[in-house]
Amino acid sequence: MTDLPLTTTTASDRARDIRAAVESRLKIRHASERRFKLYGQLAIAIALGFLVLLLGRIVTQGASTFVVHSISVQVPLDPARIDQTELEGVNYDLMVADAVLAKLGEKDDDYGSKSEAIKDLMSPDFGFQLLNMIKADASLIGKTVTVSGPLRANADLYFKGEIKRASPEEERTLTNQQLDWLDALKSSGVITTGFNIGFFTKSDSTEPEQAGVLGAVVGSAMMLLVTAFLAVPIGVMAAVYLEEFAPKNRWTDVIEVNINNLAAVPSIVYGLLGLGLFINTLGVPRSSPLLGGLVLALMALPTVIIATRSSLKAVPPSIREAAFGVGASRTQAVFHHVLPLAMPGVMTGSILALAHALGETAPLLMIGMVSFVPGVPTGFDQAATVLPVQVFIWENASERAFHERTAAAIMVLLVFMILMNAVAIIVRRRFERRW
Amino acid sequence: MPMNRDDSASHEAASAPGEQAAPAVPSGPSIKIRARDINVFYGEKQALFDVAIDIAEKSVTSFIGPSGCGKSTFLRCMNRMNDTIPICRVTGSIEMDGEDVNDKSIDPVVLRARVGMVFQKPNPFPKSIYENVAYGPRIHGLATGKDELDAIVESSLRRAGLWDEVSDRLMQPGTGLSGGQQQRLVIARAIAVGPEVILMDEPCSALDPIATAKIEELIDELREQFCIVIVTHSMAQAARVSQRTAFFHMGRLVESGATDEMFTNPRDSRTQDYITGRFG
Repeated sequence: MTDLPLTTTTASDRARDIRAAVESRLKIRHASERRFKLYGQLAIAIALGFLVLLLGRIVTQGASTFVVHSISVQVPLDPARIDQTELEGVNYDLMVADAVLAKLGEKDDDYGSKSEAIKDLMSPDFGFQLLNMIKADASLIGKTVTVSGPLRANADLYFKGEIKRASPEEERTLTNQQLDWLDALKSSGVITTGFNIGFFTKSDSTEPEQAGVLGAVVGSAMMLLVTAFLAVPIGVMAAVYLEEFAPKNRWTDVIEVNINNLAAVPSIVYGLLGLGLFINTLGVPRSSPLLGGLVLALMALPTVIIATRSSLKAVPPSIREAAFGVGASRTQAVFHHVLPLAMPGVMTGSILALAHALGETAPLLMIGMVSFVPGVPTGFDQAATVLPVQVFIWENASERAFHERTAAAIMVLLVFMILMNAVAIIVRRRFERRW
Repeated sequence: MPMNRDDSASHEAASAPGEQAAPAVPSGPSIKIRARDINVFYGEKQALFDVAIDIAEKSVTSFIGPSGCGKSTFLRCMNRMNDTIPICRVTGSIEMDGEDVNDKSIDPVVLRARVGMVFQKPNPFPKSIYENVAYGPRIHGLATGKDELDAIVESSLRRAGLWDEVSDRLMQPGTGLSGGQQQRLVIARAIAVGPEVILMDEPCSALDPIATAKIEELIDELREQFCIVIVTHSMAQAARVSQRTAFFHMGRLVESGATDEMFTNPRDSRTQDYITGRFG
């Protein structure tokens, strides 16, 4: 009888001790949990901060590209100034400049310095517009025609506040008189402000105001097409063979290790390979989307293989057993059941590999894609430029107006990538199934 | 004809001296599968030792034994499922209707159509209920035309006791069914190919008692048409559904015989220990 209360006391003592011990630890445990949560939030905040900084910088620098200042001028086509026997040799720019001067109510001096100053403000494109009009319809000579288009980059920069009147005259590219003229033309409504459609409908040009990204976007799209058609089928098939069919032996181990290593090879090495193999040996045309696509396909291949293999691995073995169990052959099991289930992972991996290829610049520099291409590529073997290379070219340009276009081209590239990633997400959602 | 222990011992002495495993000679129905000297290796490790057993036509044979005793491994030998494991090696002979299933001339694809399998975890394809059942007949070309396929799907689902529950939603995903329904769907999928043998690897271990009862009922009905082999951890289940039982222990077939006899009067002390719950 005496034992019983004693044991219960020690038992409840023990329970109390345990509780006290747990409670004292509990505080530390909760504190460490809070601390780790804080670290995590801090890490995300830093990452977001960098992202905002990066995007903010690009957007603030590039946004002005999407605004353009245009002018519309009525030019009288004086028959006395146009030598019909040699249309190409006519000084159309001077005719445009004179028309603008007339609009301003000024008269050119004997040295033509005023018209020269006006010419500096007008895009040389106006001259070509006039030439093309007359070429198309000679009866226009003697009449008055209208040409319109963006101002020359410097004038555009003045309206965007990049060139300031406050800075000393000798330090800017525009004189006080030119600024006065621009202000006058602006207030009289001859110069208008609008959305820069030309940036999306024109290709590269030596004149910043005429330069656009169309050629680069089309070039990128064509190159990606080549990459996708090569890297995805070859990569998926290689992965399916390695994962589902190949015996597990030393050779497949060697292949696996090498594929993993290839994924980590610096991209410029693929450029060298492309230079040596595709250009020098196989004679693929330099600077073409075909060549770029081939090189980037080589680069994307390991990524596609690895992504496909890991999504094949993620398909539960029970699905394979189910297929084998009803008498499906290995090929049937793979192509009817395993691969469809792995498809979301395969597509996501492939699209991410392609998005990576889209932003790749270094290997393309090696294969001569860093060239001035003023048009939209018309074929896979034609010279083309691509968005990241366009960014690279513009960044190196000396004209200040190209710098805002650099940022704008980066924005276009980012939108291109966001669209691709969005497609990856949609595809994933679409194919995703429960099992 | 009750089995004689001396008979089996003499047979064993002939095929694998020193082994205790006794080939079962079913009393009533004819023998569907006759396995002799089955050894299975996973790489260096031997998983089965000289298993010899006879499995009767149109009856349920259950394999019992503690985890890792090799009963599932042996089950998978019968439809050559072990072929899919690269490091697995099987020796010995398994004759189905007198034909060695391990023979080079036997295509495992054809064999697996004759020997259906139901797995521990219900594993319907992530496709519609209809597609799950129609897949087997389709790849084997068992139906010409949609009507015939529809008929196979319906009769398979009926025989699996699932038709009334799913007839109005055949096009919905099979993975949306409950666990018990999924397992019956998988049985329907196996039946649809018209197998002779159905192997079941712990078909009820992931199911609740009600779903289990339904599957057991179904097994009882199916044995009139098929030779059924079931691996189970539940001795009560073995007692309920099977006519014959085989007890595996540490990779060896310790004892096999009529279920009621084995549960009431086991010959081997290990069997006795296991069924009375002393180990396992």
